[in-house]
Amino acid sequence: MQTTAWIVLLAPLAGFLIIALSSKLLSWRAHGWIGTLAIATSFAAAVATLIALQGRGEEERQVVSVAWAYADAGGLDAQLSILIDPLSVLMICIVSGVSTLIHLYSVSYMASDRGYTRFFAYLNFFVFSMLLLVLAANFLLLIIGWAFVGAASYFLISFWYRRTTATAAGIKAFVINVLGDVGLVLGTIFILRGTGSVDFLQVFERLPEAFSRNDADLVAGALLLLVGAFAKSAQVPLHTWLPDAMEGPTPVSALIHAATMVTAGVYLIARMHPIFELAPAAADVGAVVGCVTLLVAASIGLVVTDLKRVIAYSTMSQIGYMIMAVSSAAYAAGMFHLMTHAFFKALLFMAAGSVIAAMAGTQDLDKMGGFRKAMPYTYGCMVIGGLALAGIPPFSGFFSKDEILAQLIERGDWHVGLAIAGYIGALLTAIYTFRMIFRAFWGDPCPEARELEGGHLHHAPEHTNPATGEVEDTDVGFPGADHHIAEREGTMKIAMGGLAILATVGGVVQIPKVNESLHHFLDPTFHDSRYYEDLEPSGGLVLIGMVVGAALGLLGIFIAYTLWVKQPERPAAIRARFSALHRFFSNKWYFDEAIDTVVVRPTAWVGRFCNSTIERGLVNGALVGGTSGAVRAASAAVRGIQTGYLRYYAALLLVGLTGLGAYFLISA
Amino acid sequence: MSMEWYLVVSALIFSIGAGGVLVRRNPLVILLCLELMLNGANLALVTFARMHGNGDGQVFALIVMVVAACEVAVGLGLIVAIFRRRLPIDVDELRELQG
Repeated sequence: MQTTAWIVLLAPLAGFLIIALSSKLLSWRAHGWIGTLAIATSFAAAVATLIALQGRGEEERQVVSVAWAYADAGGLDAQLSILIDPLSVLMICIVSGVSTLIHLYSVSYMASDRGYTRFFAYLNFFVFSMLLLVLAANFLLLIIGWAFVGAASYFLISFWYRRTTATAAGIKAFVINVLGDVGLVLGTIFILRGTGSVDFLQVFERLPEAFSRNDADLVAGALLLLVGAFAKSAQVPLHTWLPDAMEGPTPVSALIHAATMVTAGVYLIARMHPIFELAPAAADVGAVVGCVTLLVAASIGLVVTDLKRVIAYSTMSQIGYMIMAVSSAAYAAGMFHLMTHAFFKALLFMAAGSVIAAMAGTQDLDKMGGFRKAMPYTYGCMVIGGLALAGIPPFSGFFSKDEILAQLIERGDWHVGLAIAGYIGALLTAIYTFRMIFRAFWGDPCPEARELEGGHLHHAPEHTNPATGEVEDTDVGFPGADHHIAEREGTMKIAMGGLAILATVGGVVQIPKVNESLHHFLDPTFHDSRYYEDLEPSGGLVLIGMVVGAALGLLGIFIAYTLWVKQPERPAAIRARFSALHRFFSNKWYFDEAIDTVVVRPTAWVGRFCNSTIERGLVNGALVGGTSGAVRAASAAVRGIQTGYLRYYAALLLVGLTGLGAYFLISA
Repeated sequence: MSMEWYLVVSALIFSIGAGGVLVRRNPLVILLCLELMLNGANLALVTFARMHGNGDGQVFALIVMVVAACEVAVGLGLIVAIFRRRLPIDVDELRELQG
């Protein structure tokens, strides 16, 4: 079992190295397949690990495998060790499985891009980093994986590095992610100081002795860990990078910014559950922030007109559900939603990528319409993903979302309020999802859709940046010349079909009161939780929750249908009626502007002040200039003696010798 | 005759040499004056040897003569080199080493 777990980790690394080092030796097409094969190997090993883990007794399902120790000094045991337990195995199966399909999709989708080889090298590096993050058995490796995925995300957002908007988005994402890294490191230091260890299992063992309940140090450490989780998982107020990250290629959005990396924060909280259960104050902060995020993101998702950004805000909103769940001790429900979300959100992004390709790169919903007939396969996938996202039975999202909300109600107190917010969010989710689908696929066909119906894929006469309209060429650093849609590419069809099946039936692993296999599967990881077994909603509650959830989903679809299909003039009227609210939402609640005013501008001002005053005046003027000035003045004084006249030297010599002789004569 | 007079003559010769080194500008003359200084010192050495009645001072005087011969060889060589390069035969003009 340990061997297969190491293969899971090393296969993507090997793929990354082979692709990167053989970039000139092999044809570019080979690199795509090498990358896909490496991840497929990883997935096969992950499944083997899962089977091996299930073959063990309940008590032996938490295995730490140590490759070697880096250092063991001062109580800090830095080891290259991986933790194989149900939680990490679930994560590696999701990550490697979804990654395999997304690699397969990219093989065709990116085919005309001049940076094809680089793309697959980055993608494999990302998968390696993500697997390192979830397999890490100690805080140090976790931090390394955490920073690696941030770097990989930066590389891939800025993949089209000649696009100014893409590089700016990459920098933004990287800076906010580094903020999270700092939080994670500082949180680790708090925990290391208290428990004297960085190994997860040791930390969790020593936690009850090291800290009392709601100990100030522990709460501070847990809050800092939450900063890391919020930055990585795009939670308010550290979320502004995620919509901008849509500048990256669509497979990247599907893999990193929907299915895997952004859910790392959820994984972190689930992994650290003993810490958060001992520091409920911090856990409550997480739950509230998750709840706020899900509402904020859903409200913005209602008004955004960029196809990918709608899905990005929906991702934020769904991660809000997950963060809310795991912070409220509904661990299995949160991880369940993470899994189903990975399926249907990756599917939605893939379908969106196909539509964007048919639009020759344009992402604006205002320009789309009527693709239903031209792209039946993409349409089918989009609808399946949308139904799962909106929580319509029997699609996967229905079960996972209702599991979360039912457990929140069961938790009682103010968590019921979170659950109500969650139901409101569910309604909004259904509305914005189907707003997107109806606007892109229904209504009158746009010129591009008509062209495609005629059997020709639209080609833009001139390649431009969809965000700014800047003219681009198709060389490396910009998107390639041709676009690829699912209807015409076998591999894209297979990838989307696989995910569509998973998004449809993924819910069966955890049907309340029927089979709770995911709950039992995760039991060894959460056996020490005080809530895990107790948080068992009653049958009636589950039933009511399911009915309400399904009804809200259907109501949302009905509203969307009424507004954007039946009465297409109504949205404009509503927009005019609530223009202030619309402006507020479409300006993304002014988060960017607020962060700009509160953080960016003051920091830039301090930077300029330091540059002009401290650097020029103190450092350059007083310290550097003062030292060199003193030396120069002293040397100028001494230099006067060196006249170059021989007679002066001789006279000085004589005077000196005479003086010396006189001194000895007198002193004698 | 008292030994002091020898020392007085030696000091006189040394002073004349030192003065010449300081005031003259022709390197050849400076070299000559340097010889005067050395010979003044030699005279003092021989005088002290005589005063103390042992030969050490005379040995020193001989060694100084050898050194003086070497020094003259080098010094004259330098002067010839300066002359060959058509530089001014004047130590005040040769002051490129000033700070």
